[in-house]
Amino acid sequence: MDFFDNHKKLFRTALALFLGLTLIVAILPAINNQKNNAPLPGSAPLTKNEHAGKKSFIANGCVACHTQQVRNVDMDKVFGDRPGIPADYARIEREDFWRNTATLMGTERTGPDLTNVGKRQPSMAWNLLHLYQPRAVVETSIMPAYPWLFKVKKNADTSDITINVPDEYRKGIQGEIVATQEALDLVAYLQSLKQTPLPTGKKPMKFLYKREKPKVANNAASSGDNLPDGGKLYAANCQACHQANGEGLKGAFPSLVGSQVVLDDDIELFVDIIMNGYNAREEYAVMNAVGTDNNLSAEEVTAIINHERTSWGNDADPVTLEEVQKIMEFLKLTSEK
Amino acid sequence: MEDSSIFSQAGIIITVFLIAVPVLIATVIAVMRGRGVLQDHQDEKELKKFRKRLRKMSPEEIEKLKERKKELEYQLENDELSGKSAPKDSKGLIDNVASAEELKFIETKKKAIPRPNIEPKLTRLILWFLATAIFWLVLGTTIGEYLGIKFVAPDVDQVSWLSFGRLRPVHTNMVFWGWASLAMIGLAYYVVQRVSNVRVHSLKIGFYSLILINASVIIGSICLMAGINNGGGEYREYIWPVMALFGVGVFISLLNFWKTIANRKKKEIYVSNWYIVAAMMYVLVIAFVAYWPTWQTGLGETIVQGYYMHQGVGMWFMLLTLGLMYYFLPQQLNKPIYSYSLGILAFWTQILFYTLIGTHHFIFSAIPWWLQTVAIVGSMGMVIPVIAGTTNFLMTFKGSWHKLSSSYTLPFYLIGIIFYFTGSLQGTAEAFRFTNLIWHFTDFTVAHSHLTMYGIITFMLWGFIYTLVPRLTGKEPPQIIVGAHFWLALIGLMFYTVPLMYGSTLRGIMWMDLKPFIESVEMMAPYWLWRAIGGSLMWLSHLLFAYNFYVMVKKRIRKKVPKSPVEILKAKEQLDKNINY
Repeated sequence: MDFFDNHKKLFRTALALFLGLTLIVAILPAINNQKNNAPLPGSAPLTKNEHAGKKSFIANGCVACHTQQVRNVDMDKVFGDRPGIPADYARIEREDFWRNTATLMGTERTGPDLTNVGKRQPSMAWNLLHLYQPRAVVETSIMPAYPWLFKVKKNADTSDITINVPDEYRKGIQGEIVATQEALDLVAYLQSLKQTPLPTGKKPMKFLYKREKPKVANNAASSGDNLPDGGKLYAANCQACHQANGEGLKGAFPSLVGSQVVLDDDIELFVDIIMNGYNAREEYAVMNAVGTDNNLSAEEVTAIINHERTSWGNDADPVTLEEVQKIMEFLKLTSEK
Repeated sequence: MEDSSIFSQAGIIITVFLIAVPVLIATVIAVMRGRGVLQDHQDEKELKKFRKRLRKMSPEEIEKLKERKKELEYQLENDELSGKSAPKDSKGLIDNVASAEELKFIETKKKAIPRPNIEPKLTRLILWFLATAIFWLVLGTTIGEYLGIKFVAPDVDQVSWLSFGRLRPVHTNMVFWGWASLAMIGLAYYVVQRVSNVRVHSLKIGFYSLILINASVIIGSICLMAGINNGGGEYREYIWPVMALFGVGVFISLLNFWKTIANRKKKEIYVSNWYIVAAMMYVLVIAFVAYWPTWQTGLGETIVQGYYMHQGVGMWFMLLTLGLMYYFLPQQLNKPIYSYSLGILAFWTQILFYTLIGTHHFIFSAIPWWLQTVAIVGSMGMVIPVIAGTTNFLMTFKGSWHKLSSSYTLPFYLIGIIFYFTGSLQGTAEAFRFTNLIWHFTDFTVAHSHLTMYGIITFMLWGFIYTLVPRLTGKEPPQIIVGAHFWLALIGLMFYTVPLMYGSTLRGIMWMDLKPFIESVEMMAPYWLWRAIGGSLMWLSHLLFAYNFYVMVKKRIRKKVPKSPVEILKAKEQLDKNINY
């Protein structure tokens, strides 16, 4: 056949076919997406520091292990309140003439997704220590340490932000460990990563592939038998700071072992701290509103409280769901006022 | 961290060790070469003595040797029983002799005819391509091995240039653009001119291409380690000026091939050249679309990323390697490809379906749902070219299975073909929405990409290199080391991928059960350890491969002092001739 024996015809046809398909599956959808897309009304562009932090995030290749996309599947709901939509990425443009747009959606989750990490883990102290040495706060983490984002100073200036590193990770370091501007920027970027709520009235997409929960016989709620597993909830929501042994980290996160707040018969302050955070003690880092940020239900809060009251040598009476429910409703009312 | 000594860090020690191994091997080679020079010197001495003796040889001595030669060469005439008269076909029995029809489009390959000489300059070009490719293979997988160790021991070093996020793209890009791409283009320089039956249009262009691509890998790797990258799309980490070097390198070689094919001395274009030229055109289109520096805002970047990442694999590496396979496999088995039409079918369906599947890396993401569905359908369509290709190769093998055991190259081909089948179909399976649910974002993807880029592409390239280089240089590698290379690579790949796939499946299920994330990290620890062990075996096999290549290129052939009567007479003849001229 002449077609197969004529190199010009053959190769040009092959090229044309590929170009045509490329146009359909890549070029046109991409152009369409970047033209018909606008950022959500409630969203804000990155500040100068946050953007500097993003540059550091890109340079250090964090996207190799951390995604930034909440898919519309049930398993992703731990990483965000709603599935991501194109508008979430609409503000992201080319870094500069030399570097491409960095949506940083990623393809690997060796570490957790970061779409909403600014809400999940906003603590500056935790983030800095975690960057300096991840294993100081999460014992089994395999994330690289980033000590080059910190300086060692004999005497820190008052404007410096120092971090409290446990002795086992201080090996041979004399003086104080001070965060550089790059570290602060990087944390600012991480803190800026929050999902923007959809405009009122808009319903988010549904999470697909819901897992059927094993049915539990609904016998009187007071027994606590059908509460979720408090240990697991503690691991997911509290352990990063207060640690698996409940002892926290000296100078950063308070111990829950023997803590007055945890063991007291009046649990109002306890529930309040879980739901709304805490910033009353100078010597410790600010605690964020874990319960509200992570949408913890009364059942889950009760389970966490009971776990903390009865673990690591703590020996207080478990509380009931009704008690917690009452306090949570009360807190809601006062915060609405 | 400046105060603590850099050499007290485990990572530095490991890096030093990894560098020391090749150095050690180089030392051993140097010693062996020294010994060789000494031996050469002794042989030369003996040869001198022999020449002296040759000049003084008396006619009687020569007569005696000639007689002995005749005796040694005695053979039956084969007509002792049939006589010498011509056969007579008085009954017309010799009739209707079936002559073998030539297959359309196919070069008829004849048996055991010595290959026409290959230009020494072309040989040099190809060997340079392969040598640099192998350098990148060894260095790139050394880095990969080190990354594997970091999963087990995250604090082996705390140096910014060696941190995981920066080093990972160095590894992937180095084995992509350094190892596989250079090896493929080098081999293509042989195949394109061979099946066109002409000389390469310009060897100089070939050398420019070689330099440009190598420069791109060197500069790109340094940039990545220094923290200069393109924004994080996989395999798109080099910034565009660096990738442009690669692009120009491929472009000038493409023109070179195009002109070579235009000058071909035969009517048809062998299917290998379809694949090779198409792959080179496509990789340029892909790079151009993905790197054009004035577009891709927001999700546009992700759509292009899906397209780029997968076309890079399927339309560049896979397509070109298949083209090489269509030449080298029939050549090794000494028979034509089973079906030319299947090759053509595979070619067009590969283009049609593969181009569609890019976005299957972003299933359930914010990318348009229809585009995801198209990608899934395209992934299923890939069954057609994969089965067509595999059938074609295996049917070509059929009837020649016995050659497998007597050849050190064919096992590489066979493993490559098997992984082509399993690896590609695994990709199809992964694209279904439900399997995607379990496996996406886990190390399953890493296992898959090693099964394909390593199991298919690298194994096939090894087969081709072991086939071609001895033909170029006339020197064969030590077969036992080829065997060791093969088994270490294969077993290593299995240790690498199987535990990783098993662990990832468990991990995906844990995520679906909404278990705390860190538990899934702890659970993976033993599987990451297995991966590091498998990786070590693979890495070791590359050192053996590099050694084999060295032997194929540089092996010293010992000078031979003539001993048998035939050799002595020949030497004498040569001597007389030289005197006469």
